[in-house]
Amino acid sequence: MLTNQASFKRDGVQDFVTVRATAIIMTAFTFYMLWFFLSTPTVTYEIWHDLFSSLAMKVFTFAALLSIMMHIRIGFWQVLTDYVKAPGIRAVVQFFINLVAFSYVAVGLFVLWGL
Amino acid sequence: MQLSFSVYRYNPDVDNAPRMQDYTLEVEEGQDMMVLDALIALKEKDPTLSFRRSCREGVCGSDGMNMNGKNGLACITPLSTFGNKKIIVRPLPGMPVVRDLVVDLTQFYTQYEKIKPFLINDNNQPPAREFLQSPEEREKLDGLYECILCACCSSSCPSFWWNPDKFIGPAGLLHAYRFLADTRDTATEERLSDLDDAFSVFRCHGIMNCVSVCPKGLNPTKAIGHIKSLLLQRAV
Ligand code: SF4
Ligand code: SF4
Ligand code: FES
Repeated sequence: MLTNQASFKRDGVQDFVTVRATAIIMTAFTFYMLWFFLSTPTVTYEIWHDLFSSLAMKVFTFAALLSIMMHIRIGFWQVLTDYVKAPGIRAVVQFFINLVAFSYVAVGLFVLWGL
Repeated sequence: MQLSFSVYRYNPDVDNAPRMQDYTLEVEEGQDMMVLDALIALKEKDPTLSFRRSCREGVCGSDGMNMNGKNGLACITPLSTFGNKKIIVRPLPGMPVVRDLVVDLTQFYTQYEKIKPFLINDNNQPPAREFLQSPEEREKLDGLYECILCACCSSSCPSFWWNPDKFIGPAGLLHAYRFLADTRDTATEERLSDLDDAFSVFRCHGIMNCVSVCPKGLNPTKAIGHIKSLLLQRAV
């Protein structure tokens, strides 16, 4: 899957599966956070810090961030190949969108492990 | 009773740009007729108005057009569908206009051609007479073989508008599945590998415009779903 994620030529079946798999992870993460906010009367720094201190939560959050990146890669490739017909412009727009998507993952990594 | 129409007019030889032309038609109180009959009556008054039609009973697929925003066959769409509203008639969306309501369907047919719309059987000894199927086997083709290639579905599909050269489109895919589902066809693997890329099938995002417009009541989205799962099964 990783070679596909990094290559230019897209694979229909893999993209189809990846979009759905990442959607499930993002939805699960969203609901988990929603549940956290609803079940916690006041969110203090301590509670927030504790939430993310377990390894499981770090991995879950990282998985959600990676899912966002992959989802963006594929989703935007599809949207841009629909609407942006000039290959040059499309390549530039795609580059910046992928850069932003990657930045989320990179920043998330530093925040989570507090480097 | 007077009915008003607004019809898309464009003759590339003389017009710089397309325009909408208003017409009125006198019909008897309480009388209903098909949009095609009305267009024929309007053409009698204005012979320059162009459109395709042949069977005038919903079997040839010639007169697909966009009526008050929805694609359909003019010959089986009653005027009463639209109440007393003005009837706006345009050519099938997303297709190059040849003249007025006549569109160029080359891209549509090219996609149809790609899916090899004919039975392939590499059995060395074909049956001497008929190729018999059991009623159950035959049943698998129901909801697929009835397509008349009117292009109402593909020209209502945004994915087909943006990539008519790469995405097969609902009509072509419905036919692709018709041959994949046929027990007499032996080219399943070849057909699937032809479709296995990021555009041909997977540009369908299940918007279901195709289903809502098909004048034969067919369900291309369902057929596309079957093709997707065949491609998935093949990949794992
Ligand atoms: S599937 Fe329906 S709308 Fe599409 S071409 Fe066939 S008959 Fe026409
Ligand atoms: S369901 Fe698929 S083929 Fe049908 S209109 Fe939507 S995108 Fe097009
Ligand atoms: S004229 Fe044949 S389908 Fe309408």
